[in-house]
Amino acid sequence: MKPPFPARSAADAAAGAVARAAEQIDRPSPSLLARLPSSRIAMAGLCLILFWVLVALLAPVLPLPSPTAQDYLAMGHPGPSAAHLLGVDTLGRDTLARIVWGARIVLLVAPVSVVAAYAVGCAMGLLAGYCGGWVDLLISRLADIILAFPVVVLYVILIASVGASALNIVVAVILSSAPAISRIVRGITLGIVRKDFVAAAHLRRESALHIMLIEILPNCRGPLITDFCLRLGYTTIMIGTLGFLGLGIPPPAPDWGGMVQEATPMLIVFPLMALFPALALISLVLGFNLLADGLNELAQKD
Amino acid sequence: MVGLLLRRGAALLLTLVAASFLVFALTQFSPANVARETLGAYALPEQVHILSEKLHLQDPLVVRYVRWAEVLLGLRADPLDDPALGLHIHDPRGARYFGNFGYSTLFHEPVNDIIWSRLANTAVLAGIAFAVIVPLSMLLGILAGMRPGSRLDRVLSILSITMTSMPEYALGVILAAIFAVWLKVLPGTSPLAKGTGWPLASQFLLPVAVLALYDSGYVARMVRASMIEVLGKPYIRTALLKGLPRRRVILRHALRNAMITPFTVILLQINWLIGGVVVTETVFAYPGFGRMLLQASLFGDIALIEAATLVALFVAVVTQLLSDVGYWLLDPEARG
Repeated sequence: MKPPFPARSAADAAAGAVARAAEQIDRPSPSLLARLPSSRIAMAGLCLILFWVLVALLAPVLPLPSPTAQDYLAMGHPGPSAAHLLGVDTLGRDTLARIVWGARIVLLVAPVSVVAAYAVGCAMGLLAGYCGGWVDLLISRLADIILAFPVVVLYVILIASVGASALNIVVAVILSSAPAISRIVRGITLGIVRKDFVAAAHLRRESALHIMLIEILPNCRGPLITDFCLRLGYTTIMIGTLGFLGLGIPPPAPDWGGMVQEATPMLIVFPLMALFPALALISLVLGFNLLADGLNELAQKD
Repeated sequence: MVGLLLRRGAALLLTLVAASFLVFALTQFSPANVARETLGAYALPEQVHILSEKLHLQDPLVVRYVRWAEVLLGLRADPLDDPALGLHIHDPRGARYFGNFGYSTLFHEPVNDIIWSRLANTAVLAGIAFAVIVPLSMLLGILAGMRPGSRLDRVLSILSITMTSMPEYALGVILAAIFAVWLKVLPGTSPLAKGTGWPLASQFLLPVAVLALYDSGYVARMVRASMIEVLGKPYIRTALLKGLPRRRVILRHALRNAMITPFTVILLQINWLIGGVVVTETVFAYPGFGRMLLQASLFGDIALIEAATLVALFVAVVTQLLSDVGYWLLDPEARG
């Protein structure tokens, strides 16, 4: 199958692949989500995610000490014990409680920021692909400039300047992810904006907003579902990384990345203190990535 | 081809100008202030105020940006250079020259004295990591992509997904705990200094392992996907039906075409590596570019942040350009 437009760069090639995927979505097939149970990898990922969602939801009812309460007696022997199953951190706070409550933070901040980035990115991509001309040029150039930044560098400069807070992390995720999402949506929009059903909508005198949101956007669903899962995993990594660099959710909130950072100076003496939050983060990211991979595989079987 | 290069060169310049302005505008939100940082934490508010006046820090953003750009282009001396300020900082390269990034308020030295040696350290680290990533990810990707759905593919795929799910800092902590704390066979810190009791070469092992493992998983997935796509093409079926042995078909016919997409992806990995070194160098206290950028950002050292951003962007955009040129050369369809 020939790509709808000649690929002139690596980015175009990627967009071409996405557009080819979009063409396959045209014909009706049972929804991706309905066929999810047939992929063992996707189910494994889903189980990992659901486990952490459950943990986050149950945090207030689990028999755990407060994540900010300090047990001064345990500080001398911070390793796992009967009172503290995963031990305590350098300030005597229960590691298990902080991991459980930390799950709430990461499972709130990551999806909220990715959904916000999707809202902005889809709007940019639809406008660029649908309007074309100088609107497309402006949006694409802007996206190119932001995408040229190494992502971590962008995050570090941004958060270090505006200060670390949950809201600023959401803003940073929007700024860094929206251009990439807009590039995908723009590629698909360009591929279908000349199709008959869009022309039919024009003839029905539908508004541009209706055409973009009701006629075009649903066609982007397939590639975007996979991208959404991957981006959730990646954003989780970034939130943890910011925490580790001292730019995450400010203390004393239990932030997984921040927990690893606080425990790193003690690594020589109590390596477990840093390992538990690191493993928690890895397992959640693994869940997102496995789910994305399973979805991708299902989408390709079409 | 020449047209492509010219256009991309112009785009590179535009990107650098726009991005440096973006960073300049962003750092305005920072509570840090050049005058305050230059004088230190114990300067009186009046002293800070006097220096701010002398440096014209109250000017509008655009005016200050243009002034910064003029210093960079060598059209104007850095305002901090003025001997009347009595700051005792001096740039041996002279007051006005092209590429003058000004003075770092964090290190109290010209930015050009700081940045290039760190960049060289990082280039060594990233270079070694790259030399590991390419063969490792090729091997994993080709083995997995040769027989999609086989047991080997399943194992390798889950392995590479797991690798991409481990953020650099988590991986760094885990590897340091295993090899530096429990086994005591490798140093857990890499200051590149002699006399730490560890040979210099051993100080590279953990940082390189962290960078390489995280990235290889991702590239291996790309190689696998590309391999599967090429093996599904009709000419591969023809070659197989002709009776050629499978090994020969894969090595001779499939591999070259399957490498086109990964080639561009691998070059784009340099962009990721720049981000990866920020974290990895921080974990292992490696005296490199990424750690310097983090220090500068946390301190609010605008001159150093600007310089580091421009260098990082330049590297990122040039490798992107190289990847496009390579794609153009490798794929006849792109030339049409």
